[in-house]
Amino acid sequence: MIYWDIFWAFFIANLLGYGGGPATIPLIQIEVVNNNGWMTLSEFGDVLAIANALPGPIATKMAGFIGYELGGVLGAAIALAATILPSALAVILLFKFVNLFKDSPKVKLMTKSVQPIIAVLLAIMAYQFFLTAFENSGVMHLVLLAAVSYFTLIKFKVHPSLVIFGALFYGGIFLS
Amino acid sequence: MKPYLELAIGFARTGVTGYGGGPSTIPLIEYEAVKKYKWMSEEEFGEILALANTMPGPIATKMAAYIGFKVKGGMGATVAILTHILPSIIAMLALLGVLYSFRQSPIVSGMVQGVTPVIGFMLAEMAYRFYQKGSKGLGMPKTILLAAVSFLFVQFMGWHPGILIAAVLISAFYIAHKKEKAEKKVNEEFMPAREKSS
Repeated sequence: MIYWDIFWAFFIANLLGYGGGPATIPLIQIEVVNNNGWMTLSEFGDVLAIANALPGPIATKMAGFIGYELGGVLGAAIALAATILPSALAVILLFKFVNLFKDSPKVKLMTKSVQPIIAVLLAIMAYQFFLTAFENSGVMHLVLLAAVSYFTLIKFKVHPSLVIFGALFYGGIFLS
Repeated sequence: MKPYLELAIGFARTGVTGYGGGPSTIPLIEYEAVKKYKWMSEEEFGEILALANTMPGPIATKMAAYIGFKVKGGMGATVAILTHILPSIIAMLALLGVLYSFRQSPIVSGMVQGVTPVIGFMLAEMAYRFYQKGSKGLGMPKTILLAAVSFLFVQFMGWHPGILIAAVLISAFYIAHKKEKAEKKVNEEFMPAREKSS
């Protein structure tokens, strides 16, 4: 039952992702690429690239697109519901108890403790993308593109979508 | 009708102008909710944000759900969430559809290769930000230790990160619980009179 699998994959990824949508990216990758084999890592990378080039929340773009690829409009709706509904309902329901909750040292320590794990998961993903780039296009292009990303994104604060479209353009000309 | 329209405009606008995922749209949502449409005070916005941050899952949709619900109940929440996420999802389907239909073309495969290092870099930068957040909250030694342990389990022992995250969440809960208990005990010993009167 593909719809159940879709629901479960996005539900788990978002349930464990503390720190907003970006924290769920490696968890979505694990469900989609490693556990269910719906996509290869490089296909997942393409989806992530386009998602990063477009505005709006990242987790819902990923869920909407991957759900649609797997099961059409219904697949997209299920992936989105699994992504959004549990936490959205929880916020509405729990707001009544906000004062019991917000300053709780338990919740604070839980949130803080997950950050290093998310950092490692993202770093592993980054490494996988660098490795793929190294294997497909060689060390020259990899170093050049990574260095340009650093200067444009961090030093000169160029808009990420411009950097992504620039890289697509560069690849279309020099790596085809 | 007007409240729905305002919710739709406010959340559509933040959905199509915020780059870098949900967390980067928060200031934009605050502008719409507090300054522009005055759905709530700045304090209330801060409170909801703090609460939403304690829960897993995407942050922008949690905010949209609460704000929409506050303004117009369940329908309001639905309108806010959908107008926030749909434009970018539709754009994504269109753009990837075009890219996929030219998948065989060497130009498209070159484009994909060109963007791979950039995505790698963006992920590395995100990893660094999460590391910083962690070391701000936990201190550097604990953060590095936790990171090293999770690297070991995930990369070398092939554990599902979910198990690791669940284990860390449970231990953090337990540690904080023990600490709270210990503090309470100290308070009871030193201030028995005040305890009773409250």
